[in-house]
Amino acid sequence: MKDIRNFSIIAHIDHGKSTLADRLIMKTGGCDTRNYKDQMLDNMDIERERGITIKSQAITLPYKAKDGKTYSLNLIDTPGHVDFSYEVSRSLASCEGVLLLIDAAQGVQAQTLANLYLAMEHNLEVIPVINKIDLPSADIERVIEQIDSELGLDPDTHLRCSAKEGTGIEDILEAVVERIPPPTGDPDARLAALIFDAHYDAYRGTVINCRVFDGTVKAGDSIRFMFNGSVYRVEEVGHFGLSRQKRDELSAGEVGYVIAGVKTVSSVSIGDTITNNDRPVDNPLPGFKEAKPVVFASIYPIASDDYEDLAEAMEKYKLNDAAFIYEKDSSVALGQGFRCGFLGLLHLDIVQERLEREYDLNIILSVPSVRYRFTLKGGEVIYVDNPAHYPGPMAIDKGEEPYIRASMMMPDRYLGAVMTLCIEKRGVNSNMHYPGPGRVELTYEMPLSEVIFDFYDRFKSVTQGYGSFDYELIDYRESNLVLLDILVNGEKVDALSQIVHRDRARARGVQACDRLREEIPRQMYKIAIQGAIGGEIISRSTISPFRKDVTAKCYGGDITRKRKLLEKQKEGKKRMKMVGSVSIPQSAFLAVLKSDTNS
Amino acid sequence: MTGKPPASPGLYIHIPFCLTRCGYCDFFSCTDTGSMGDFLQALFQEMALWHDEFPPFDTVYIGGGTPSLLCPGDMGRLLDRAREVFGILPGAEITVEANPADWGRNELRELRSLGVTRINLGVQSFDDRELEFLGRRHDSAQALAALSSARSAGFDSVGLDLIYGLPGQGFASWRASLEQALAFGPEHLSCYELELKGDTPLGLKFGKGEIEGRSEEDLREFFLKTSELAEGAGYLHYEVSNYAREPGTTSRHNRKYWDHTPYLGLGPSAHSFRGARRWWNHGSIEGYLGSLRAGEKPVRGSEDLSAAQLAFEALFLGLRMKEGIDLEEYRLRYGVDLLWEKGPQIRDREEAGLVRVISGRLCPTREGMAVADALAVL
Repeated sequence: MKDIRNFSIIAHIDHGKSTLADRLIMKTGGCDTRNYKDQMLDNMDIERERGITIKSQAITLPYKAKDGKTYSLNLIDTPGHVDFSYEVSRSLASCEGVLLLIDAAQGVQAQTLANLYLAMEHNLEVIPVINKIDLPSADIERVIEQIDSELGLDPDTHLRCSAKEGTGIEDILEAVVERIPPPTGDPDARLAALIFDAHYDAYRGTVINCRVFDGTVKAGDSIRFMFNGSVYRVEEVGHFGLSRQKRDELSAGEVGYVIAGVKTVSSVSIGDTITNNDRPVDNPLPGFKEAKPVVFASIYPIASDDYEDLAEAMEKYKLNDAAFIYEKDSSVALGQGFRCGFLGLLHLDIVQERLEREYDLNIILSVPSVRYRFTLKGGEVIYVDNPAHYPGPMAIDKGEEPYIRASMMMPDRYLGAVMTLCIEKRGVNSNMHYPGPGRVELTYEMPLSEVIFDFYDRFKSVTQGYGSFDYELIDYRESNLVLLDILVNGEKVDALSQIVHRDRARARGVQACDRLREEIPRQMYKIAIQGAIGGEIISRSTISPFRKDVTAKCYGGDITRKRKLLEKQKEGKKRMKMVGSVSIPQSAFLAVLKSDTNS
Repeated sequence: MTGKPPASPGLYIHIPFCLTRCGYCDFFSCTDTGSMGDFLQALFQEMALWHDEFPPFDTVYIGGGTPSLLCPGDMGRLLDRAREVFGILPGAEITVEANPADWGRNELRELRSLGVTRINLGVQSFDDRELEFLGRRHDSAQALAALSSARSAGFDSVGLDLIYGLPGQGFASWRASLEQALAFGPEHLSCYELELKGDTPLGLKFGKGEIEGRSEEDLREFFLKTSELAEGAGYLHYEVSNYAREPGTTSRHNRKYWDHTPYLGLGPSAHSFRGARRWWNHGSIEGYLGSLRAGEKPVRGSEDLSAAQLAFEALFLGLRMKEGIDLEEYRLRYGVDLLWEKGPQIRDREEAGLVRVISGRLCPTREGMAVADALAVL
């Protein structure tokens, strides 16, 4: 156990986490340069393209240190987006230390702090690493100052590297060995292993990533998941290299995988404890939370004939994404579909993209919503995440909506603009402090619905990209909630409805009409778009028809070119959903949530 | 204009030479007229390669480029050769396009005697500043002279082309040109919208922001007012861009492109159609001559249209014509019952005043013609 080090790299988005991970892998010979693909650990196309990690990954790196001994360094990669902070916390719970990576040019950001706090909650050894020292805009002195004043860490403990150029990597590996404590635990005690990730393998079913704290697990053991009580027989255990490496057993202190004939990823809960069914521990490891979706939207096929294909795709997709939930749903305007829950808007985006890309489907998403809580006149309490199920003003005694605590960090010159934005977003109970000269950390309590509604884009824009943002859910608070309907040519499009705060209803209605006017292409007739509450029209806009779209010449016998042009238009039309006689493009449903970015 | 389409095919001959390139033109042309003699020989050779493959033609259209760069003698040789190789039916419509600057009354008289029945003059505008902007090498006086020469040379079918929607063009200015044209009383009138497309000289200027395009609203105004004015003067707006003084003076040749009647196109970049196949010649003179030197037809590409593609073409082409689509004939020929398959969409468009279903025909209204492309993408 003395030769094992379990650690993570934590950082604000884009501070170079994946690049550093790649360097560590190359340096320890986990992969030769010939096979080197950028960002080895991010192995989904989408992760690679967006440059963010969505799923946790783990890899065991054999490292021969300067003291002549060979260590097993278990690097546990963490997702890099606020939507996935629970997954981050479970990964950290599996470690004894972290590399806290800070961009030499950007310095400490909101997620740097949030991640540091998470690491501290788990009593982890924190090694600050300044990355991107090769950048011309690098300001290492300033970052060292921030490590002291803003992070409260000993500035003398910092390391410097350029993951891109491969400098400083050796020092990092040495520090991992010297400064991060080896795991403790008793291999002979009763089994307690923390599940920090799971993914689906078409041949083996669910592959569970776990950290063993006490005890030992091996093939043939009968194991139990303590949260849901299900029991499985272990088929195989092992470590992660660049591929799975089978081992006889995993014992206290080790990080590895367990395959136990679990059919779907959703049968496994991240953060759950694995114990031995014949000799179970009394209590699970602390910190377990059920992953709860906070953003909801319906997914419909554009062509209703594709419903069966969509159903199949959702089932397959769900195998590998436990956080994604769905159930059957139907819309008057859009037909048969599914109501889905997501961890956040990014998660929603990813699911949409993967369904389209990997299953070749054209889908439409309804306007995303949070989960509201209504106390009805009779005293019954219901949760509503689909505006179609809004109970109606006469039936409601009390409406409540989820609140978050947003923490934002920015240069102080943007403070005024950010506060104005937060107040506009119904933010309350603000708090601020100055972790260092010229920088301010601001917290606000805000309705989650305001945050999914276009907050992040506007925040980035008012801080000119210098602000960083993180949030956590706190509680439900009373709110005056009404249903905003959107009518297209007099016909209600239920997939465009939103539950909104009464004071914001008019502004939202105006915004929705304006955005739809931009998103819905002109058609042959005038299209009227209206926002309505109850029967009352509160906003409207119109899309003028095309005036003239016909090309002058169809001449000289070259009909082919003309036909190809029109065929392209026909193809484009297939990407739109017919609602009554109006074609509404996919983009319109999400655009309703966005304000005019020019304003 | 009713009943079955004529069965005889049409012959198109492309004369790819121009003295200058007009600002709006994207038809294939070459400003080097030195090789004209060789080119005629090549055309004769191309005809020989198609010998026996088409029955006699009842329409011939010599377009370009600028066919009026040929002297009437050459034009005569070209027509004689076509008569020899394929046959041209008695009473055939034989059209030649001409630039108003080129042929005088004597040449036009000679053409008439060679059997040319229609002359189509590229007038474009009666405003000299507009003509200059368009890059035309004639002025309005030459246009008027050419029109009256054509008449006095004995042409009882004269067509002229106009272009509207120039940057900054006021409606009054357009109206003046249009009225001048109508006052002459041509048998046929084509009114085209100026298109600022990428690869034309004006298109490039537009791309660089040197000239400004017209709004759709403006273009619609031009289009609808043109239709009102011309129809007010007794003309028949029989196709999106085309007007006939009488039902019998429509272009019989162009109609073949629109109703899947076979046609053979000769010369660089010319398109041909027969059965369900369309093919097209090399666009460059070099490619065209190269194939012929090798003794091959200068065909660069072809496509075989599926039943669905044929049906779609017939739909969008039919909806460009005032007489529209004979639904029963369409069903028999293309196997699609439009009212059955697109009933709700057709009814929507009918309610919007864009189409009408009258005595078994689906016809665009004037407003419908303005958006004929969208009409076809049902």
